[in-house]
Amino acid sequence: MPIHRRMAVARSLSEPVVALRDVVHRFGDVVALDHLSFTVPDQQITVLLGPNGAGKTTAIRAITGALSPRAGEISTLGADPRTNGDAVRPRCGVVSAKPALYDRLSGYDNLLYSAQLYEVSADGLGERILAAAGRFGIMDALDHQVGGYSTGMKTRLALARSTLHDPDLLLFDEPTSGLDPESAQAVLELIREMTRSGKTVVMCTHLLAEAEGLADHIVIMEAGRCLIEGSPQELRSRYWPTATLILDAEAADQLDRIATWPGVVGYDRSDVARVQLDGFGRIPDLVIGLARDGVRLTRVEPHHPTLEDLYFAVRTEASGTGLSPVVRYANPVLGSSLGSSLDSVTTQGATR
Amino acid sequence: MNVSRMWTVARTDLKQLVQAKDYWIPMVALGALFFLIVPAILLLTITQIGSVELVSQISNTIKVLPKSAQAQMQGSTPEGKTSFALAVFLFAPVAVVVPLTISTAVGAATIVGERERGTGEFLAHSPASVREIYIGKLIASLIPGYVTTVVGFGLYSILVNVIAGPSVGGWFFPTPQWWVLMFWVIPPFLALTLSIVLRLSARVKSTAAAQQASGLISLPLIMVAYGQSSGALFGASISGWLVGAVAWCIALASLTRGVRSVTRARLLGVANEV
Repeated sequence: MPIHRRMAVARSLSEPVVALRDVVHRFGDVVALDHLSFTVPDQQITVLLGPNGAGKTTAIRAITGALSPRAGEISTLGADPRTNGDAVRPRCGVVSAKPALYDRLSGYDNLLYSAQLYEVSADGLGERILAAAGRFGIMDALDHQVGGYSTGMKTRLALARSTLHDPDLLLFDEPTSGLDPESAQAVLELIREMTRSGKTVVMCTHLLAEAEGLADHIVIMEAGRCLIEGSPQELRSRYWPTATLILDAEAADQLDRIATWPGVVGYDRSDVARVQLDGFGRIPDLVIGLARDGVRLTRVEPHHPTLEDLYFAVRTEASGTGLSPVVRYANPVLGSSLGSSLDSVTTQGATR
Repeated sequence: MNVSRMWTVARTDLKQLVQAKDYWIPMVALGALFFLIVPAILLLTITQIGSVELVSQISNTIKVLPKSAQAQMQGSTPEGKTSFALAVFLFAPVAVVVPLTISTAVGAATIVGERERGTGEFLAHSPASVREIYIGKLIASLIPGYVTTVVGFGLYSILVNVIAGPSVGGWFFPTPQWWVLMFWVIPPFLALTLSIVLRLSARVKSTAAAQQASGLISLPLIMVAYGQSSGALFGASISGWLVGAVAWCIALASLTRGVRSVTRARLLGVANEV
């Protein structure tokens, strides 16, 4: 892409790559985005998590300006894609839920079409296409018609196409849908590689397992709204501010003594004992103390909440109150984002 | 507008058509039928077999042609005059029907097809403007029909001159009016039809619906084009230029309005925008 176009929209490094604030979009009577607000930090993988119909795909489309919500503020790479899409779209690479490839064309021609639409320089274009194909492992199939590709190959080709013009922002809408576990894992690893090379990635998924370990920043969505956003660590520490230890013993009632021990801030025993500690550093002393008292431990398990635990905790909280908590955790570099409510917790009444 | 991107869209659509044998084999067959097979059979019947009844029927038809058309007649024998009339006047509508039929078939599927295949999503996110996409697709729909017609016209010219030339008195085809018809009258009718067909393709929900609606729209247009083309051939030498000029004005106005029918939301196929 021409350098002048990259420079057309100046963006401070401290700004998020994408910032949506109070964005509303309707399809007839259906509200697809309902005052949606979230930010996408630079050079990180942001995962939009939510059930089907949460508005993830619509959010992706609003980010590139493929859809133009009438209400709210959108900033993508420093520009509003609704009014300045020409500055935004050349810098984005998109892989949609369906790979959106031309079945009658060869893999090479699909890549060539994209390169020409994105005005990739003709100098060395062939080598560039081959390099992209090689990177995503589809070199051998490049001359074949895409209609004969497997789902995994199509996804790899779509990924190669999305990176061919060296975009700054990559948007992947459920890129592993329909893939077998091995192919899905390979695709996720490729996505991880992209952020290592300085790209910013936004990925939609409803699969919690694939977001686990991949996401640097999470946006949990439901019914077109953002329920919560932040890094996995920040969100876990909000819902589980204390360290949880699961204990069991041959005589479980002997465990009750630790309820008043130093560092124990909560204790509950049903089938097993769940001990809330002020830090995981307390565990060795706890175990030594119990052993010294003659308690024969059968289970000592520090509990690290998964993304799945977090997801359901957030959704349970939202449904339990009938209100949608809109929570954003500050990233130090996001201080000047559109929202002034960073590092704060606000509660937004249900609007429908 | 970025012309390079517009051509990229057109070229890629054409490349896909070339790959689709199930599309271009019937297209070639249609052109061959109208431009070669039917004319060859009729002209051979007149010139070689010498069907008296057919020559007599067509000779009677020639008498009702406008005076300007009768003045153009060549050939000294009844067979010669009949062959000339068949070649120059009666097959004129073929030159209209073939490109409109082929281009309508391509154009009807072009935008709704992107949506059905999911590739509309790729275009909607791409830097190509809706104007570039619209005109690129218009060109890609126009070229197959028009190229088939021009190639068919070339082969038809050779065919009628070889078969009917001796009885007419030498090479006589194309006449000046046919040049005007082919390169001045047919292109705007094609553009006009396609501007409407592409608008339909952007708005309907399936290729089948687009084909149905396009058929309804293109049929009256084919009839109008038929009438105007015949008039251009039958009339004075200036009438073809006039018909073409009016058709160009209407086509350009329709094309300008047609651009608005393509939106990124329609490429995506989102519910309330289709």
